[in-house]
Parts: sequence; C-alpha cells; structure tokens
Amino acid sequence: MKSERIPSGCAISGLMSEEGRRIDGSVIIRSIACMHDRSNGLGGGFAAYGIYPKRKEQYAFHMMFDNVEAKVATEEFFKDVFNVDKDEPIPTHRENGVSNPPLLWRYFLEVPENKLEFITERDYVMKIVMKINSEVEGAFVASSGKNMGAFKGVGYPEDIGRFYKLEDYNAYIWTAHGRFPTNTPGWWGGAHPFTLLDWSVVHNGEISSYGINKRYLEMFGYRLELRTDTEVIAYLFDLMVRRHKFPIDKAILALASPFWKDIDRMETERKRIATAIRQVYGSTLLNGPFSIILGHNNGMIGLNDRIKLRPMTVARNDDMLYMASEESAIRAIAPDLEEVWSPRAGTAVIGTIKAEVE
Amino acid sequence: MESQLPAEFNVNVNHEKCRKCRRCVINCSFSAIEFKDKVTPNSRLCVACHRCATFCPENAIVITENPLDYKDGYNWTPEIRKNILKQAESGGIILTGMGNPKPYPIYWDHMLIDACQVTNPSIDPLREPMELRTYLGSKPDSLKFDADADLTTELAPQVKLDIPVVFAAMSYGAISLNAHKALAMAAKRLGTLMNTGEGGMHEDIAPYADRIIVQVASGRFGVTSKYLNNSAIVEIKIGQGAKPGIGGHLPGEKVGEEISKTRMIPVGTDALSPAPHHDIYSIEDLSQLIYAIKEATDYRKPVSVKIAAVHNVAAIASGIVRAGADIVMIDGFRGGTGAAPMIIRDHVGIPIELALAAVDERLRQEGIRNRASILVGGSIRQSADVAKAIALGADACVIGTAALIAIGCRVCQKCYTGNCAWGIATQKPELVRRLNPEVAADRLCNLVSAWGHEIQEVLGSLGINAIESLRGSRERLRGVGLNQEALDILGIKHAGIGQ
Amino acid sequence: MKIDAKDMHYRQLNRIIRDAVASGEKEFELDNVQGQRYIGDGLNESIKITINGTPGNDLGAFMNGPRIIVNANGQDGIANTMNAGEIIIHGSAGDIIGYGMRGGRVYIKGDAGYRVGIHMKEYKKQVPVIVAGGTAGDFFGEYMAGGIMILLGMNGKDQIVGDYVGTGMHGGVIYIRGKIDPYHLGKEVNCLELNEEDMKLIGSYLKEFCEYFGFDLNEVMSRSFTKLVPLSHRPYGNMYVY
Repeated sequence: MKSERIPSGCAISGLMSEEGRRIDGSVIIRSIACMHDRSNGLGGGFAAYGIYPKRKEQYAFHMMFDNVEAKVATEEFFKDVFNVDKDEPIPTHRENGVSNPPLLWRYFLEVPENKLEFITERDYVMKIVMKINSEVEGAFVASSGKNMGAFKGVGYPEDIGRFYKLEDYNAYIWTAHGRFPTNTPGWWGGAHPFTLLDWSVVHNGEISSYGINKRYLEMFGYRLELRTDTEVIAYLFDLMVRRHKFPIDKAILALASPFWKDIDRMETERKRIATAIRQVYGSTLLNGPFSIILGHNNGMIGLNDRIKLRPMTVARNDDMLYMASEESAIRAIAPDLEEVWSPRAGTAVIGTIKAEVE
Repeated sequence: MESQLPAEFNVNVNHEKCRKCRRCVINCSFSAIEFKDKVTPNSRLCVACHRCATFCPENAIVITENPLDYKDGYNWTPEIRKNILKQAESGGIILTGMGNPKPYPIYWDHMLIDACQVTNPSIDPLREPMELRTYLGSKPDSLKFDADADLTTELAPQVKLDIPVVFAAMSYGAISLNAHKALAMAAKRLGTLMNTGEGGMHEDIAPYADRIIVQVASGRFGVTSKYLNNSAIVEIKIGQGAKPGIGGHLPGEKVGEEISKTRMIPVGTDALSPAPHHDIYSIEDLSQLIYAIKEATDYRKPVSVKIAAVHNVAAIASGIVRAGADIVMIDGFRGGTGAAPMIIRDHVGIPIELALAAVDERLRQEGIRNRASILVGGSIRQSADVAKAIALGADACVIGTAALIAIGCRVCQKCYTGNCAWGIATQKPELVRRLNPEVAADRLCNLVSAWGHEIQEVLGSLGINAIESLRGSRERLRGVGLNQEALDILGIKHAGIGQ
Repeated sequence: MKIDAKDMHYRQLNRIIRDAVASGEKEFELDNVQGQRYIGDGLNESIKITINGTPGNDLGAFMNGPRIIVNANGQDGIANTMNAGEIIIHGSAGDIIGYGMRGGRVYIKGDAGYRVGIHMKEYKKQVPVIVAGGTAGDFFGEYMAGGIMILLGMNGKDQIVGDYVGTGMHGGVIYIRGKIDPYHLGKEVNCLELNEEDMKLIGSYLKEFCEYFGFDLNEVMSRSFTKLVPLSHRPYGNMYVY
C-alpha cells in the first residue's frame, strides 16, 4: 500500500517567537488559509513546538491507526520498547470538510535505560519509528519528538486545524502546510509535516533527486516507505545534523550546495569545506524545485532550492520570524512588518530560539 | 594447404569512374588492392576498413559483403562453418580484435530514462547551470567539524573530471604513439583522463601526466616509481572485459625502438603479460600491492583496480574496496581489445549493465559505496549509455572503441595484424603517420563535448542540474522488454509503473 | 468605484471588476487586498485600478490596457504574458515578473526577484519595458527576445543583480546602473557603453519612474550605466548536427 509515491504542489507557512512566547494555533490557521488556492483539499497539516511543557522530557508520539487492531498491535509493541507514562485520544471535533479520520491517539513515552547499552536514545527512538511505519500494518507515527507534535490529515489546512482544535494549543513555533497532491490516496499519513524525532518538514515542490537521496539514506538505516519525497528532507537533516553532527549552515551547503563555479571562487578555507561537502555528500543534494520550512525544538529554518524554482518570503517584526510561500499569508497575520525579503536561492534563513524555553 | 575459405568481402571498382590515381593502392595496408594496368582488387584480403573507399576521389570503390550464400542452417551459421575451416587449415586458436559482436541482449537498449512533466519542472540546459563535474576517489563515511565549525576530516586524494567520460586503457603497443598523443591532448583539453594501458608512458605524453591514469599490469612494463608518481591515478589491471583471466602478448616484431624504451624491454622481444599478477593469488595480496603503490606515491594518488565483469563481480568488487582501492573499474564483456582469443571474447564474462547494478547495490548494502568510485566500460556507445550507467550507480564511464571510431577506426576487428590502415592499431611508421594527433584530438574533443551537451539535455529534462543527482538514481530508469529477474538485478521498475 | 476586498475570494473580486468595467466604470480602488490572484487578468479597457494591500500572484496576467497601481509589495508572476498597459508597484516584486511580456510597462520601486523579464519579447511597435529601482535576483532577462529592462540599484545593496544575467538572451536590451562583473553575465550577452541615443531612451522612462516614486532624476542619472545586448539572434546555431 505504501509503494506508490504521490507528487504534489503546495503552500507553506511558519512563524516563530525568538523569545519563546507561546502563540495559539488560530494564528497559523489564518495564515495558511490565505493561500487556500494553492492546495486542493487533499492534505493539510501543522507542526507545533512547546505544546507539552509539563511532559517535555517525554517523547510525545502522535499516532494514526487505520483500525483498533493496529492500535492494539502498536500498544503491545510499545510495552516492549518503552515505558508508557500516559496515553489519550488526540482531541478533535467534527469539522466540515474533514471526513474518515483514522483513530488518533497520543502517547507520552520514556525509554527504559536498559535499552540504551549499545545505542543512543534518539537512534533507538528513530529505529522504533521506522519499524512501526514499515512493519505495523495500519499504524503510522505522525510525530515522535519531545514537547512537539504534528497535526495533519486529508482536507484543507484550515479545516484540519479546526478539526484538531489548534486554538487550544500554545506553541513558540508553528509551521503549516496545504497540499495539492496529484491523486486521491485519502491517506492521512501522506499529509505534511513529515517528522522524525523533533524534526518536522513542510515542503512546497518536488524533489527530482528523490531516487538517489533515498538510496543514500537507506545506507544509513532509514526506511523510506511513506510515498513522498518530503520524508527524505527530514531524514537528511536528521542524518547530517544529529548523527553526523554538522552545523546547520554546513548541512545547507550539502542539501542546496553552491554551484561549482561559485565554490571555485571562494576563499581557500571555505572552498575546501564546500568542495569536501559536495564530494562526500553529493548524494544528499536536494535537486529540483523546493521551498521548505524545517522545524526543530530550538528553531525554524527556511530554505529554497539553488535556482529558486519555488517561492519563499520571509519577514520579521519584534521577536517574530515569519516564512511563507506568499507575502500575503504573512500580512494576513502581521500587517505591519519591520522587514520583508525573499531569500536568495539556496540560502537558508535560520531562526533560533534565543530564550531558554520551558 | 590450399585454403577453402571464401572471401569475406567483395571490392568492386567502377573502372569508368576510376582515374587510376592509385590512392587506393597506396592506402590499402592489407595488400587487397594492386595496380596491374588498372586498379585490381584481391577481395580475399579485404577487411572492410574503408580506407580505400574513403580516400577515392571519384567514389569509384564499393565494398560489399561477399554474397556467397550458404545452405540455410540456424545452428551451423556461416561464421561457425568458416571458423571450423580456419582451424582445420591451421590448428590455431582463433584470434580477433575489438569487442564481442555477438547478439547477446544489450541492456542499455532495454532501459528508458524519465522526464519531468508538470509536477516537477524540467530545467533549461542551455540557459541554466548544468553541472557534470565529478570527483574520483575514496570518500569518507562522514565529515567531521570541530567546535569552531572547522573541517577536521582530511579527504583521500580526489581527481576532478569536468565530464564523467574517461578514455579507456589502451597500451602503447596495442595502439600507436600518435593515438596516445591524441588521447592525452584531448583528455587535457576536456578536463578528463586517458589511460596508458599496460605498456608504459612514452616521454612524449609525459607533459600530460596530471590527466593520465597509469596502469600496473602483470607484465609491469615501464613501471618505475617515477611512472607511478607521474600520474593522476594508478590503476592495477587485474582483468579486461574482452579477455577475463587471459594475459597479453605483444609480438616482438612490434617492439621497436620507442616501444622498447617505453616498456623497458629489449627491441624485438615478445612483451608477455602473464594471466595473473604473480604477486596476487588472493585478495589480501591485492591489498598488499595497493598499499605498496600507495607507499610509493606517498598516498597522493588514488589507486584503481580494474577487473572484468564476471559472475561473482559484486563480491569481488566488495573485496577490492575493502582491500583499500579508491576506484573500482569494471569492464563489461563487450569491452574491446587489440587481440584476444575469439572463444574468450565472445563467450566469457557478463554484461556491464548487470555487473554495475550488482556491484553498486552490494556496496550500498554493505555501507561502503562511498569508499570507492565506480568506473564502468565495455561498450559505452553513446551519451545515452553514459546517462543510464550513471543512473545505475556509476561515477563515470570509460570509452575505448567509441574514441577510436572518432579518430578513424572502422571496427574491422583486425587490430592484432598491426596493419591498421588508419594509423591507430599499428606500429608501422608509414601507417602511424596517417594519424595526425592534433586533428585526432580535435575529433575526440568534439565527440566528448557533444556527449556532454547531450547529457546536460537529459539532466535538464529530468529536472536536475548536477550529475550527482542522477548518480545511482535508478528511480529515473524504467525497463522495457525485460523479465523480472533482470529488472530486479538492475534495480529498476518496468515501464508503465509510476513512482 | 471602491471595493473592500477583505476575505473576498479572487473570483468574486474579479467578477465585480469585470462587470463594472462592462457597464463603463473607469476607476477602481481595492482596499484590504490579501493575496487575491489575477487582478486585472485579461482586461482590455483603459481603466485604472489602485490596490491597497498585497495582491496575489499573476497580477495583470494577459492584461491589455489597464493601469494598475499597487501601494505595497507585489508577489510572483506580475505582468505574465501582458500585452499592453502599465503596472506601478510602490514596493518590491517577486519572481518571474513579465514572463513572455509583449508590451506595456512595469515600474517597480524596490527590488525584483528571480527570472525577471524571462522571455520578454517585442513585436512590431509593441516594446515591453520593465524598470526596477532596487536589485534583482539571478537569471535577469533570461531568454530575453525583445523589449527594454532597466535596473537601478538605488537601495545601496552590494550586488545589484544576481548571476546568469541575460543567459540565452537573443533580443532586446538591458540597462544596469553601474558596473557589472562579467562573472555575473550569461554567455550570450555583450557588454557595451551607452551612446547618446541610449541615454535619451532610458531618460524618458526614468523621468516617468522618478515622477511615480519620488526619486531625483539627476541622482539616478548621476552614475554611468552598463548596456547589455545579445551577441547573436541565434545563440545556439552551432549546437546541433543533422
């Protein structure tokens, strides 16, 4: 069932308070709704950071189950691999435009210490996420990070947002996605954001280098079976930043690398680094049109492809950083802005949470 | 013994057109045309090298296959009957040249490339950047940065290619010095590499050394520490696609003054390459030789190991990578040669497409694909083959026969005679002179840069602008007319299946 | 006619405008515009539309006559395949401005994005013009086949224009205020100095530009310009064999 990949077009929006101020979910819904015509009602979703401060040390798994059997099987599995501190249904309310939701449940999990003799905690959790997604029939991990969560489904993003009652959540980073897939899989897991641990990606465009990005990631134990090119972005960041310990700006040099002609003109040390990165990480280059907003616990990154085939507007006001496919989607929630700009091709805008946030 | 072999070709001279300029007589290096009052062909000696027809100013010469029919026989083909006659008359092993011409499946021709429509945009290859630059050499598993974000990993030596097409190993001896010069000059201009083959490096091409792969084969001809260091890459030749498991034999009559100097053997002696390297009887011995070369070159040159594509190629390649090779060069069963027993050329080895797919996949499964670059050859005929090879996982392709065709070769398969009328596979000074290195280098540059443009067209239609986004991206290939087994080995889906 | 576009879908907004134009309305003022697409799309009449707020993509696409004034930034795809008319942006504009534009004028006070004037062309008396007061991204004038583009760089940023300027250019002319490192130019363009005729030509457009946006014409003209023209009308003539 998960074999066929679905191309799609899209709208993306993201906002972040550098001071770590919490903002309720109605704001991001208004922004993404402004770009209604960029999606076709077949997928919408949100990622929110800082929403579970009381359980911020626990992995919050947002799960989608096709049926009760899948839920039972997953919970049996959880018992073996985690300490389950709490589980509950994800609150929703009936919303026009949203139909046939799967069973939506969240779990607050801790990793038993005896499991970590030969593996780091996050590698351990990553393996479990991969295992559930590819082996437990009818179960899908929508998100698996700490103090964050993904809320997504089939429908227009504004309908999905109201369905999940996002106005009841307060987050210091919100990202959102409206999807325009090219057929009707009706699969809730296929909506953005795609996540792994605390990484989340909303993505506009299509990765033409998917084939080799996938084969490269498979060398490192990632399983790519989610019928979308977007998951490669989340996993590539996970591989490079978390596992290979790349500074974010160096990871960007691989994923949206400068052209050789520009590398050749760089000063010696930068040239050495950029050359080595392309030589070693050429298979990670994200080629083809994209603009993405990547969320993680400490910030938000906006990036578009190296010849800028997808749009992205960025704006600032006070401690707020905004990114969206269209300026109007930012103006819809922040009419007055200190600074508005379009980042250059292949140039990341890196937003970092300055304050210690709970 | 009187030969019963019929002529292969008929040379027909139109005497009404012929002005008796005798250019054909002078040009025929196989003595198939004489002048007795008029141009008189001896068709029995014709090899269809086209030299006479090409240079006839009156278009008066037509060469046709001898239309001598045989009684129908699907099993006993005319070629088999002729070979039996040859051996009955001589008692010899049938020798031949160039690559395997038999109608085995050509997998390149059963693979089709993807293109973008709507969901991804194609990219204009003429107006927008389209990068073909490729680096050959071992890559680490990851790069490490220190706390100041400075790069602390030192990379193994990397050799830059401006286009992922490299000239194949062809020794001075098998081909002429002028051919070597043309390849070296073209490699330099194109930003790619030529390969000395196993016959050493003549001093005339030494100025191009930074664009030359030097080979170390079982005969060790001309191999000195200077030779190893005066290079871009050092290649250990284990085998060759046209004759896996077989050595070489350059007859003494070809070993003149210059070849003697280059190979460092006396004039007139046979240059024998043993079948194996007698210091490599097992994989750990290969590692020993690799590191002997790395020590001799102070770890400044990537070391390549060239093997023929044989049944167990994936495991062999994995062993080679683990033995420390920076590059694995795989030569498919259609690869060319200056001379090989026909039984070996036509019946041993496996297709490069399958070998490449198996090797790339195996190295990925073992997590060591990055540790070596993969070069493939063995009948890369056109830029489409290059694009497909790279999509299957190759870093770059090597071309031998295609390069020789560009400079005049008509693939008459008579390289071993030393009579090459085009001045390529010969050491006879009067024939070698026919090949102008400058003109030949121009032709090589034209061919390879045309292929470069064509590969850029393919990348553009695939919506990608760097060759590394095609490399190993088998998702962009589909099979047509292949069975499931072949599709599985190639790691591609059948045409008609979406993503 | 004043229209409050708040929360209005583009279809409704554009329908109101089309209907009013049909009944003779000549002037529109749109308030609270928030990303509505296709404003002015395909209109043939000599009307004036003033936009307060951020108009959506494809502003003035296929437009053939109207004058549009935007009192904010514009988005992507402005003047797509436009035939005649005028678009004045009192802010910056996004990517792919004037794609395939065949006539009319676009004046941008601030910056313009990537691929501005891509495949702009001229036909007989129709000569399209784009003037931007700030900087522009890569592929400025890509495949340009005709028309005039002027880039001023008045906001003092270091790099006035991105890479691959005029790549594939085979017609028209680009004027850029200041010098350009040849590294940024496409392979198909030639760099020239301006002659008197050029100065007269850009002077007339820049006069208008300064009037619209309040720049000082003398200051704009105080720096020298670089003129870019195609090397050939058939840049790829030698690329193919038959």
